[in-house]
Amino acid sequence: MTLKAQSTQETENLTAMNGNSVIDNTVLENAAPSSQPLSYRRAFMLVLKRDLTIAMRHKDDIVNPLLFFVIVVTLFPLGIGPEAQTLSRIAPGIIWVAALLATLLSLDRLFKSDHLDGSLEQMLLSPHPIFVLVLAKIFAHWLITGLPLILIAPLLAVLLHLDENSYTALLLTLLLGTPVLSLLGAVGVALTVGIKKGGVLLSLLVLPLYIPVLIFATSAIDTAALGLPYSGQLAIIAALFFGSLTLAPFAVGAALKVSTN
Amino acid sequence: MWKWLHPYANPEVSYHFTNKLLPWLSALAAIFLSIGLVWALLFAPADYQQGHSFRIFYIHVPAASLSMGIYVSMAIAAFSSLVWQLKLADASAAAMAPVGAAFTAIALITGAAWGKPMWGTWWIWDARLTSELILLFLYLGVIALHNAFEDKNLAGKAAGILTLVGVINIPIIKYSVEWWNTLHQGSTVSKLGKPSMSLDMLWPFIFCFIGFSLLVGVIICLRFRNEILARNSIRPWVRELVQQNTVK
Amino acid sequence: MNPLSKKTSTPLISAVNLTCIREERLLFDELSVEIYPGDIVQVEGPNGSGKTSLLRILSGLSQPYDGQILYKNEIISLCREEFHQNLLYFGHLSGVKGEMTAEENLDFNLALHGNKTQESLAYLAKVNLSGFEDSLASHLSAGQHRRIALARLYQSNAPIWILDEPFTAIDKQGVAGLEQLFSAHAQRGGCVILTTHQDLISIKPAQVKKITLDYSYL
Repeated sequence: MTLKAQSTQETENLTAMNGNSVIDNTVLENAAPSSQPLSYRRAFMLVLKRDLTIAMRHKDDIVNPLLFFVIVVTLFPLGIGPEAQTLSRIAPGIIWVAALLATLLSLDRLFKSDHLDGSLEQMLLSPHPIFVLVLAKIFAHWLITGLPLILIAPLLAVLLHLDENSYTALLLTLLLGTPVLSLLGAVGVALTVGIKKGGVLLSLLVLPLYIPVLIFATSAIDTAALGLPYSGQLAIIAALFFGSLTLAPFAVGAALKVSTN
Repeated sequence: MWKWLHPYANPEVSYHFTNKLLPWLSALAAIFLSIGLVWALLFAPADYQQGHSFRIFYIHVPAASLSMGIYVSMAIAAFSSLVWQLKLADASAAAMAPVGAAFTAIALITGAAWGKPMWGTWWIWDARLTSELILLFLYLGVIALHNAFEDKNLAGKAAGILTLVGVINIPIIKYSVEWWNTLHQGSTVSKLGKPSMSLDMLWPFIFCFIGFSLLVGVIICLRFRNEILARNSIRPWVRELVQQNTVK
Repeated sequence: MNPLSKKTSTPLISAVNLTCIREERLLFDELSVEIYPGDIVQVEGPNGSGKTSLLRILSGLSQPYDGQILYKNEIISLCREEFHQNLLYFGHLSGVKGEMTAEENLDFNLALHGNKTQESLAYLAKVNLSGFEDSLASHLSAGQHRRIALARLYQSNAPIWILDEPFTAIDKQGVAGLEQLFSAHAQRGGCVILTTHQDLISIKPAQVKKITLDYSYL
């Protein structure tokens, strides 16, 4: 029984015996200086880079919500009729509702795969503050889904005969509003990530929270079409943005702790 | 205050306390509700503009204000459960959610029923009705999230976080819906003018309001008791209780 | 201060009066344990007895129904950053992303826990993954995923290792290597808390403390 012989040996001897899996004791003992000082910025960039890398290697995650966005918008003229006047009247609402649904569709990816493969619990156990990591993930999510929506929205606005004065307003509201969608959505995903069939539940949780953004964004675009100043609505969306930017990461962190429990 | 509150953090103590409280609460609720409802529905004078349809006000308004009140108390319970780790606060939040949802639904239904004779249609996108509808969605979200978790403790925590997110959002949603409503006010909607209510209308209303609040208290206590039992089903005192009751 | 300084009298990690309830089942009640530098602790018990729950509670991932976890006599939620710097938890899931290469995965894991990444290639070689550094993890097997995750052990200077079934999907040689790593870690003043279904081969039974979870009678 070689096992018995081994169990009486000291570690150093064992190292020599099992030639194939040698442990380099010197490295182990010098391991102390191997840690880096913690820095928020480095942690943020680390997670951001990782999520973007994964997204770039998994491109359908970027393309599918975008396609969904385009298809939903094209369904409306088919359902309502091609009259330019009607379409331009409801264009802001259509674009924003579609953007909302596209974001909702893409939210699942934010934490789901990380939860399934266990990297989420490693993140929660890292010495970095959770809100930094969460913020990085949400920012990555916005870059992957929100930004493409903003880029393609003017094209869809042309299809819907959006009033010419409204284009700037459309872009500005999307620019300020889609991060809010990502931030609030992250709270919903974090709460439902541990649930097996969380998809439908997620929309029930998140959509009511999206109402203020929807109201003010569409109203800003409508106001712009009339040639009136819409800075008030923009300011409110900006306030929603900063409010959710400061509060959502903490709610997400708390929710993730519950979900991975 | 903490010293005084401390014994009630023990599930057994609060179970028995709720038990003692219940008959008193129920009796009071029954008295107030019967006086209030009979007075309001049979004896209070009819409104000179709206006639008898106005009487739905005696149910609609208490339900609507309680729907908000319950959400706020749920948020307070959720907050204390998350911050001070009070497990009973979780149980009380869980007890409140369906009651709140029911009262929101009552407010919506009575609102629609009132709207039919008043506005000639069951539903209009009135600011208050709309925000009440959204409040119902928030309630349903909390309940659905609570049901989605197998573990009651986790369910309570998750629902608590959602409740707090909701309570921050409620004023924002309410404000935005009101603002949206005034912006889009196309057709003339004759809102309820608010003339100072005459005393013979006010008194039955006060009775109804207190009665409904007590009723909410009774239902919440009943549900709270069940939640305590369900969460402590493995504790010896619960088992003893069950045995005592089955032996009878 | 070297976190691995030898034999101190304060326990590295201790559990006080833990109660754990899962799906209305009492897994353990009033469980207290103190783990000192140099300890190798094996958590035993039949399936469903709460081994994983205990490890997750010790690592702070799960909250117990009742009770506290202390790191050097301080409640872990009050010293989260320090505790996590000194903790390495390895669960059922390897935390390896299929879209990233073996090296990228290890680098991320190391950096996430505040370790340097310069020598990650050497660590991959130690877990017999040389040649696979640049393969996407989705092309690798489950055992190789676990090896990627376990490579962190060679780098880690965290004294507390909490390992849930570290030997799953690892071949015999790998197991022997890991066991050596554990005893070396314990000798350096670290502690290892692990669950495993097989007995430890090269570590003396006398060296191993056991926590047996069997509350099925409750």
